[in-house]
Amino acid sequence: MGNSNFTLLFDPLSLFFLAVIFLVFLPALIYSFSYLKGENSSAKIVFAQVLLLAFVLSMALVVSVSNCLAFLIFWEVMSLVSYFLVVFDTKNSRSIQAGLIYIVMTHIGTAFIIAAFMVLHNYARSFDFLAIKSACRIMPQAAKDSVFLLLLIGFGTKAGIVPLHIWLPYAHPQAPSHISAIMSGVMIKTAVYGIIRFVLFILGVTSAWWGVLILILAVITCLVGIIYALMERDIKRLLAYSSVENIGIILLGVGLAIFFAGRNLSYLAVFSLIAGLYHLMNHAIFKGLLFLCAGSVYKATGTRDIEKLGGLIKKMPQTAAYFLLGAMAISALPPLNGFVSEWLTLQAFFLGAFSVIGGSKLFLGICAAMLALTSGLAAACFVKAFGITFLAQPRSHYAENAKEAALSMRVGMFILALLTVIFGLAAAPIIKLLARVSGSALGIDAGNMRFTLNNFTLAPQTANNVYLSTPALALGLITFGIAGFVLYKIFDRGNPVIYKTWDCGYYKLDSRNEYTATAFSKPFRIAFSFFLLPYRKTQKIRESFYHVKSFTYETHTTKVFKKYIYDPALAMVFKAAKSMRRMQPGSIHLYLGYIFITLLLLLVFMGRF
Amino acid sequence: MMIMLQIILFIITAPLLSGLVAKIKNNLRMRKGQSIFQPYFNLAKLLSKDEVVSETASWIFRVAPFVVISSTLAAAMFIPVFIFAGPAQQIGDFFAVVFIFALGRFFLALAALDTGSSFGGMGSSREMFISSLAEPALCMVIFALSLQFGSTNVAAFSGMHAIPVSSLVAALALFLIAIAETSRIPVDNQETHLELTMTHEAMVLEYSGRSLAFIEIASYIKQMVFFFLIAQIIFPIALPAGGPAQIILWVLWYLSRIFILVVIVALIEVSVAKMRLFRVPDFLGFALVLGVIAVVCAILGAVCRT
Repeated sequence: MGNSNFTLLFDPLSLFFLAVIFLVFLPALIYSFSYLKGENSSAKIVFAQVLLLAFVLSMALVVSVSNCLAFLIFWEVMSLVSYFLVVFDTKNSRSIQAGLIYIVMTHIGTAFIIAAFMVLHNYARSFDFLAIKSACRIMPQAAKDSVFLLLLIGFGTKAGIVPLHIWLPYAHPQAPSHISAIMSGVMIKTAVYGIIRFVLFILGVTSAWWGVLILILAVITCLVGIIYALMERDIKRLLAYSSVENIGIILLGVGLAIFFAGRNLSYLAVFSLIAGLYHLMNHAIFKGLLFLCAGSVYKATGTRDIEKLGGLIKKMPQTAAYFLLGAMAISALPPLNGFVSEWLTLQAFFLGAFSVIGGSKLFLGICAAMLALTSGLAAACFVKAFGITFLAQPRSHYAENAKEAALSMRVGMFILALLTVIFGLAAAPIIKLLARVSGSALGIDAGNMRFTLNNFTLAPQTANNVYLSTPALALGLITFGIAGFVLYKIFDRGNPVIYKTWDCGYYKLDSRNEYTATAFSKPFRIAFSFFLLPYRKTQKIRESFYHVKSFTYETHTTKVFKKYIYDPALAMVFKAAKSMRRMQPGSIHLYLGYIFITLLLLLVFMGRF
Repeated sequence: MMIMLQIILFIITAPLLSGLVAKIKNNLRMRKGQSIFQPYFNLAKLLSKDEVVSETASWIFRVAPFVVISSTLAAAMFIPVFIFAGPAQQIGDFFAVVFIFALGRFFLALAALDTGSSFGGMGSSREMFISSLAEPALCMVIFALSLQFGSTNVAAFSGMHAIPVSSLVAALALFLIAIAETSRIPVDNQETHLELTMTHEAMVLEYSGRSLAFIEIASYIKQMVFFFLIAQIIFPIALPAGGPAQIILWVLWYLSRIFILVVIVALIEVSVAKMRLFRVPDFLGFALVLGVIAVVCAILGAVCRT
């Protein structure tokens, strides 16, 4: 182990991830100045800012070191610092619980990563990335397969691949909102970095089934994430579940790259990785934006339950506008950034289908169809999130007394909102940059591959006449919108009459007549009941046998993974711990005996080396 | 210039489709029925009416009609009616069309929630439900077409070509999707205002006057886009060289293709009852299965050719 020197490696892949980190960090930092004020003491604010800086620095180092040991150290620093940020609100017992789940899950993941590194070290006799990369050429296939699986589980835990996503909806909402933005926007992406760096760059894809496995997991992750998000009424948990979904979409791109790299289709591999990286960056931007907006709402109203909100568009017009942009981007609506990356991912599937044969074509098609279903459900989810939170009348006093966010918070949100537009319109130049990143990660020269027609038009399939030009599309939309407005003015008949909403002739509607988030998601709850397993709790509170005083009705969904995987596993751990306790009866003689036996065993064991 | 003209023709004839369906339905039921130009009269009436806006509504409600009309027109821009390689084909493909429609739908669903009435919320929830389930089937259809014709560009399957089996199956799947997307029986009913059954109509319940006219025009155009795409797939067009006589011929061929579909739609509407909302997933699941079959046909077709 002579070469444990902590050198940094700034290749295009590292630079790309550094760019993503700072793209979200700067707005989040500006946002935090006002956000942290108020409830916290000044000492705690300083502590929070120091933690934030340490968090970002550790992430920056994770993506730029060139040595497995250094990677692990900074990976661990990142996990620990983010743990402290999750439990920042120490008065809240939910934070402590969320932190515990987070720290346990993240360490299970780290254990798998360490195991993978140990296998790699066994062959390379070094922890240096490049040394391992060259050693991987002569590594046996079985070892490669096992390293791949270990890395997938290890990084998958951090990324939130279903069924390892369990910590994400607990931990992300509990942190302060600008930290949630960084955790959801950036931290889980370091796991994607890990997959790209270690699987694509170092290990090199040599098995065809790797890509298939990742694609299947990614599709499941997408669907499970968005279905849970649709059911959620806590706005930050909704966003956390939607992060699970988006990690799925990113992994579709990365998985496709692995799929094609395993089949030696280099152009397609580069293109798919571009799609994945583009979505990664876009998700960092719009999820960061949405978390910041959710934080503003939380700060202004004191609740995260969207059933208690409503009508905020009049109280907080700017926050509402930024949230709307974020919601549009995440629902893949043109001409914003989410649309471009989702379109690219779909094109990667379609383009790939021309080059593979038989059943693989159908497999890619079905994956693409599931991606389309995901994007449809995401649109529904964010109609719900925006509509119930910001539109119609306030549903409680929390929402009635809301005020617009402070200046620095608005600036933070504005920067990210602007980026959603820029990354939508400037797609072609960005793709050119990403082509270089993608090529270098795959070890393929992407210099002579063309993905664009000119500076405004994407052309992944120039030969097939498939183009996308978001600036032209935006121009068209605006032109037609203006034309519509002019037409509207031509037929002008004076200002519209302002009158109350149609109430079927009874009496004035109030906020209790509004549709709720739970009602909005009811059709989905029924359609996906085979997975969500919804159940109700009803209770009649009686004054006497004849008179029911009040009636409570609750509807819940079963968290399948928690109930059928994690709870039994936890029960087993406790059971094992209980039986282990018999070893510790409290007799000092027995303990001395343990020490003696251990010593003997060690001596025997050491003698064999 | 020709491209603009064809789009304008396309848009102008869009309301006719609904008028024709209503007329045929009425005649089949032994009624005289309204004029086939009734949709135009309705639009003219709406354009000259006063508008009422709910006091609960925000700017979303006011802006939504413009977003809906502009997104629908933008989608129509991609439809090659007679000329196949327009500049619009350089802007986007079939997927762009799908996502642009999603933009209009997104705003309409928000506007429905904006007035605070439960009808709006109900419509919005159902619309997003149906459209999100239609999405995978639509993706499969596009996938089958793209495998068959080598491109997701709308112009790719618009020209003269033989009609492969996969295209026929895909067109059938697209037909089912079109029924769901354009709120026709058996998924939704454009004619009813019964609160328990309506979807699209519930969303636009609070709209009136010019805003309602815009939304109605947009839904006519959307309907036209879907039915025209189906016509394009199953009745491919031969392009004679230019000249005034040819233009008339094109227009006639265009109208007659649409007319065939209109008759089919009307026949379905009079013979089927509207289904429950929770049967719609089965309906769209069937469309998805048809889409998968179309893909399999396209793959097998490619295998047989080589």
